[in-house]
Amino acid sequence: MAKGKVTFNDDACKGCELCVAVCPVKIIELNKEKINSKGYSPAHVTDQEKCIACANCAIMCPDSVITVERL
Amino acid sequence: MTIVYEKSKGLTDVPFHYCPGCTHGVIHKLVAESLVELGVLDDAIGVAPVGCSVLAYKYFNCDMQEAAHGRAPAVATGIKRVHPDKVVFSYQGDGDLASIGTAEVVHAAHRGEKITTIFVNNAIYGMTGGQMAPTTLVGQKTTTSPFGRDEAHCGKPIRISEMLATIDGAKFIERVTVDTPANIRKAKKAIKRAFECQIKGEGFALVEVLSTCPTNWGLTPLKALEWLRDNMIPYYPLGNFRDFGEGK
Repeated sequence: MAKGKVTFNDDACKGCELCVAVCPVKIIELNKEKINSKGYSPAHVTDQEKCIACANCAIMCPDSVITVERL
Repeated sequence: MTIVYEKSKGLTDVPFHYCPGCTHGVIHKLVAESLVELGVLDDAIGVAPVGCSVLAYKYFNCDMQEAAHGRAPAVATGIKRVHPDKVVFSYQGDGDLASIGTAEVVHAAHRGEKITTIFVNNAIYGMTGGQMAPTTLVGQKTTTSPFGRDEAHCGKPIRISEMLATIDGAKFIERVTVDTPANIRKAKKAIKRAFECQIKGEGFALVEVLSTCPTNWGLTPLKALEWLRDNMIPYYPLGNFRDFGEGK
């Protein structure tokens, strides 16, 4: 299985959670310990090792917050 | 390390003003990616509507023109006739295209104008505060139909794609949605095909995209996608109604 790396442009995130819902390996959640410049808790990855670089999260994100790389 | 997905070069760096989870952002991405992949971004001229996407001219990385409410297909017609070598598209919501601008889009299609229209249908007037639109479903509560849309009083919601598919000048008509990654891929295919229709000089092309309005529907972004699947898709069936390649 391909390995991937997901990076978030934190300040563009509006915390809508659409990426959270479509991740097949369930590794995305909102980072409740952080608040971005818009006042939202941005999404982040909990276990990068499990990422399979499917890019579902990035395709679903309305604000183009997410960049996905295949390792 | 290869990049699988990044923000499209067809979009500017200006952050979208849309509410969290609004699928306008997804549709903007698809239009931008399609223009880039077809290699026509530098030759594209977009026409922005009135409505939530009124600021679309700030977001697309190509020449843009703002139009009066509903008049985007008429403005696009003028631009395309003066610059027949450019790729001209209008981006319109349902309050814009299905209400005040219905005459413009019907006649643009009837004349077979070689433009591409992206029609975003979220069954409500978003920008003005959630009023009933012609596309609002029967029984759907809005600020101007607090007891739900009454069919006896307001009639049934208008199905624009089916209507335009009866017009000979319209060469590509398809309805898609963006509720899942799979459907987003299908929507992008349709949008690319609609631009190809114009690039090949076939005629008018329209893609209707079923979209959400979490704020005015009073739902979370995820619940709004569910509501779209459960209520909008049964009334507005997805699929192709006309395709220039298949003699439909």
